[in-house]
Amino acid sequence: MIQAVVDGVLTGGVYALMAAGLTLIFGVMDIINVAQGIFVVLGAYLSYVLSVHLGIDLFVGLLITMPAMFVVGVVVQWVFISRLGERERTAMSILATYAIAIMIEGILGLVFSDNYVELNAWYVTRSYHVFGFYLPYIYVFGFVLAAVLLGAIYLMLYKTRFGASVRASLQDRSAARLVGVNVDRVATITFGIGVAVTAAGGMVYGATNSFNPNTGYDLISRLLTIVILGGLGSIGGALGAAVCMLVLEDVVAVVWSPVWAPFVFFAALVVVLSVRPTGLFGRSSARAQ
Amino acid sequence: MRRVPSVVGGRNLKAGGLAAAMAVLIVFPLVFTNPTVTSIAVFTLLFMASATAWNVFSGYTGYVSLGHATFFGTGAYLFAIVAMRFNLSAGSSLFALVPVAGVAAMVVAVPFGLVALRTRRHTFVVITIAVFFIFQMLAFNLGITQGSSGIQVPTPNWSPWTFNNPFYYVSLGIVVFATAVSYFLRRSVLGLQLLAIREDEDRARGLGVPAGKAKLTAFVLSALPVGMAGAVYAYFLGQIFPQFAFSPLFDLSVVLMALFGGIGTIAGPLLGALLLESLQQYFTFQFSNGDLYLVIYGGLFLAVLLLLPRGVIPTVTDYLSRRRARRSSAPAARDSLTQPIGEPRTSPIAIVTGKAP
Repeated sequence: MIQAVVDGVLTGGVYALMAAGLTLIFGVMDIINVAQGIFVVLGAYLSYVLSVHLGIDLFVGLLITMPAMFVVGVVVQWVFISRLGERERTAMSILATYAIAIMIEGILGLVFSDNYVELNAWYVTRSYHVFGFYLPYIYVFGFVLAAVLLGAIYLMLYKTRFGASVRASLQDRSAARLVGVNVDRVATITFGIGVAVTAAGGMVYGATNSFNPNTGYDLISRLLTIVILGGLGSIGGALGAAVCMLVLEDVVAVVWSPVWAPFVFFAALVVVLSVRPTGLFGRSSARAQ
Repeated sequence: MRRVPSVVGGRNLKAGGLAAAMAVLIVFPLVFTNPTVTSIAVFTLLFMASATAWNVFSGYTGYVSLGHATFFGTGAYLFAIVAMRFNLSAGSSLFALVPVAGVAAMVVAVPFGLVALRTRRHTFVVITIAVFFIFQMLAFNLGITQGSSGIQVPTPNWSPWTFNNPFYYVSLGIVVFATAVSYFLRRSVLGLQLLAIREDEDRARGLGVPAGKAKLTAFVLSALPVGMAGAVYAYFLGQIFPQFAFSPLFDLSVVLMALFGGIGTIAGPLLGALLLESLQQYFTFQFSNGDLYLVIYGGLFLAVLLLLPRGVIPTVTDYLSRRRARRSSAPAARDSLTQPIGEPRTSPIAIVTGKAP
């Protein structure tokens, strides 16, 4: 039981990282990136290629995969998203990123086939043994990694000039543009960052779960649930919701049955939204649209 | 319709065109008897019905639903479960279950709509995705659906050469029904209310439109033909599995078909489904590689979004009426069958979703 709570907190940190990318993109650009799930899987496959074929350690490999995913994000934003009309961006973006997601799924299927694979390293199979709990190294390392990256995003948002432009765009795009923020550039870089964090999320996910090109659906439905529960556009909300949900899922898996654990996820969404349509940590109703 | 219309006016021309299209559709399986061709035709008709039904809700209200596969799967599973539990023997009488499956989809749509429609457009899309995954998960995990091993549906022992024909005509019936719903809804008070919601929900509310009731009614109504299509699909395939009955590609396909043909129009989803689904089935028969197909499909979708964002029919009719207007220098009348009511917006999704906040 307590073991389940600890596991939930540790994996929740990783989901928080992936969800933070999603909610950051929504906040700045009003775009719901349905491809976030498949980007996580793409990140996992990149780590897989580096570790299996080039023998590069998973964490060291992030130095390559994160910039690579950043470039992927920037290219996707520049080629597809930025060309969508200014009106109705959100609905259009859902359709466009969904299309991008199934294209990437198809490409991954062509390259890697549908067989499940897992990432391996010495720290994947071993665990700490503390106070009678088993803490797999990879959970702990993954949590630390997520915390570091989330801290970096926080510092970037609140301590840098660029972060100030991001927050200005979050609050009001046109007002930000009026005071001289290059909103398009901010949007492109934000999209890149939002996608780059999936490289890290994907690596940890791939090391703790087996995955294939279809795994993206499962991931995106969880991530969307987390982001909606946290209130669209709220990074703190995404963190809270991610940890809450993963703890809840792990506890249900132990107390009830692992089969029904994912179901709780969506049941929580339905219940919370019936009571509070803006999500648990939702801000003003304007954003809750 | 043997009488040749004396005046070649819009209305008569349209009625004649409709009659001709119906005649072609009715004769089709008698002319093209190749089972491969008629099987493609059955799938195409099922998607024409589904895309039209999707449009009844999403096209008219502007609330994009990515969860209509829930209704498709519900219809398919109801059909399969009832046929299995009661040991029903295969035959034409089994088609009587099709409307029942449609009603079951409507029953599911009521609580689904009550929860999802509490939110506005963006969140609504996400919730429809989430509810869809709940149902897929239920199909995988419930005892009654037999999980991932799926359910076998009894197969009629009809002659292989005409095997597809009963399925064809039942599917055609669903298409006609869905189109009739779409057509009459559009001309009803409820249809006007839905379009008002699409244009500006807050103002519509202010003017006394019962927005919640109207949206829920359209949502439940649009579930009916989709559930029926799902039942025919299950019967036609002879077995169903959770991942095919509740398929994310189904959700995406109906949106793409409606978008491609022209969202909010009556003929658009029909035409979009006719073109895309027959093409897709042809591809599946030609290349069995599903992954390559995903890439092509995604690429096509993106191309439509970026290059033809208003859909084929509105683009073509606009072009034609502009040319006609140039020739006769008179303002061309808008065709209610092919044009969304109200001022055409610059972006298609303006038509899809109404106004962004």
